[in-house]
Amino acid sequence: MIYLDHAATTAQKPKEVAEAMVEALQSAGNAGRGVNQASLQAARIIYDTRERLGELFHAESPMQIAFTANVTESLNLAIKGLLEKGDHVITTVMEHNSVLRPLYEMEKEGVELTFLPCDEKGRLCMENIEVSIRPQTKALICTHASNLTGNVNDLSKIGAICKKHGVLFVVDAAQTAGIFPIDVKKMGIDVLCFTGHKSLFGPQGTGGIYVREGLSIRPLKSGGSGVESFRKEHPLTMPTALEAGTMNTPGIAGLGAGAAFVQNIGIDAIREQEEKLWRYFYQNIREIEGIRFLGDPEAEVHAPIVTFNFMDYDSAQISDELWESYGIATRAGAHCAPLMHRAFGTKEQGAVRFSFSCFNTMEEVEQAVKAVREVCCL
Amino acid sequence: MRKKVERLLITFPTTADAIRMERECEKRAIRGRLIPVPREISAGCGMCWCTDPEERERILEFLEMLGLRKEALYQCMV
Repeated sequence: MIYLDHAATTAQKPKEVAEAMVEALQSAGNAGRGVNQASLQAARIIYDTRERLGELFHAESPMQIAFTANVTESLNLAIKGLLEKGDHVITTVMEHNSVLRPLYEMEKEGVELTFLPCDEKGRLCMENIEVSIRPQTKALICTHASNLTGNVNDLSKIGAICKKHGVLFVVDAAQTAGIFPIDVKKMGIDVLCFTGHKSLFGPQGTGGIYVREGLSIRPLKSGGSGVESFRKEHPLTMPTALEAGTMNTPGIAGLGAGAAFVQNIGIDAIREQEEKLWRYFYQNIREIEGIRFLGDPEAEVHAPIVTFNFMDYDSAQISDELWESYGIATRAGAHCAPLMHRAFGTKEQGAVRFSFSCFNTMEEVEQAVKAVREVCCL
Repeated sequence: MRKKVERLLITFPTTADAIRMERECEKRAIRGRLIPVPREISAGCGMCWCTDPEERERILEFLEMLGLRKEALYQCMV
């Protein structure tokens, strides 16, 4: 198999990830539930991963990182835990359903939404941000990179606008954490939502949320915390405030090993390697007659994603032929980004997405180019 | 039962803070260990850092310097 669906999940992980998980499964107890060796080991694994992620995102303190099951949980936490009836929120048509659906739920509760549009290449219309801000605007919620097109938003610019107007800046970094440098302080990010199983190379079932010091989010869950057992309320202190119940210690051990891999290789080195692969792919298929790219792969800054359609062929048919005849794993269909598809007019057709990781080789990419040329041949 | 001795105990708002304390003490070769919070201090559950009372000044200094969160310090028989 040539796996080119890394934007869905990085199926190839550094070997250290599995090793860390096995070790945790065989020896870790329940963090914060007892002060025996096994329990302490679990607490240390979780703390070390927290510290590593805090460093990676330049958090004020590791305590501002809480673990979740995935970025969807993190986004639900941010959206439902920050917004109230009467608030106005600005978001974009680039968003994934993990942002859109919680927002639509809040809309029913009396939160007003404004969607920033994109141009014909799926690039965010930045000039619309400031004019959309109202006195009731509580937050701007946007993705760092579109999971459909790979287009990247300029977080520093958006963060500066939010700061100027006192608007909370919430970022979905599902496609970028581990590939692009993220500095929550410099970029003015109040809440960063990330997943563990993509470019941080952790296992599925891991994710997290950074919450700026001083900002409080209403938790979605309450329950066991290992501290303050006789209080009727769940503790309010981060990270415990957002971490009710037993933690996914083996998963977090794997996430810690994945993040260590990213730090050791270096985010820039990983991105450059991926860029070499996806740009080669794009440059060698862009002249195919009848091919239409979604997004702006010519952009200087772009996630390792190349998405296209061929004439009016069903994207599912192309993706299936790539798998069936060439063993190439891609993704077809709507990619959980309905507003982006509506903007491109591809609601029915969907799109074929190729997404790359540093574990891919140039030989694999050359085979993918050959396959696309053969499939997309009249 | 083992004989009680006087110790310095430091409590924290979360488990993560307690582990951070352990990690920072390791870096500075400050002796001590995490133990269950004795009932004289709290009727809840949780862990606290237990060390020699003579480490008090050194610990207070680096807690302050690193901005580590603590709940309280106690000197008691453990």
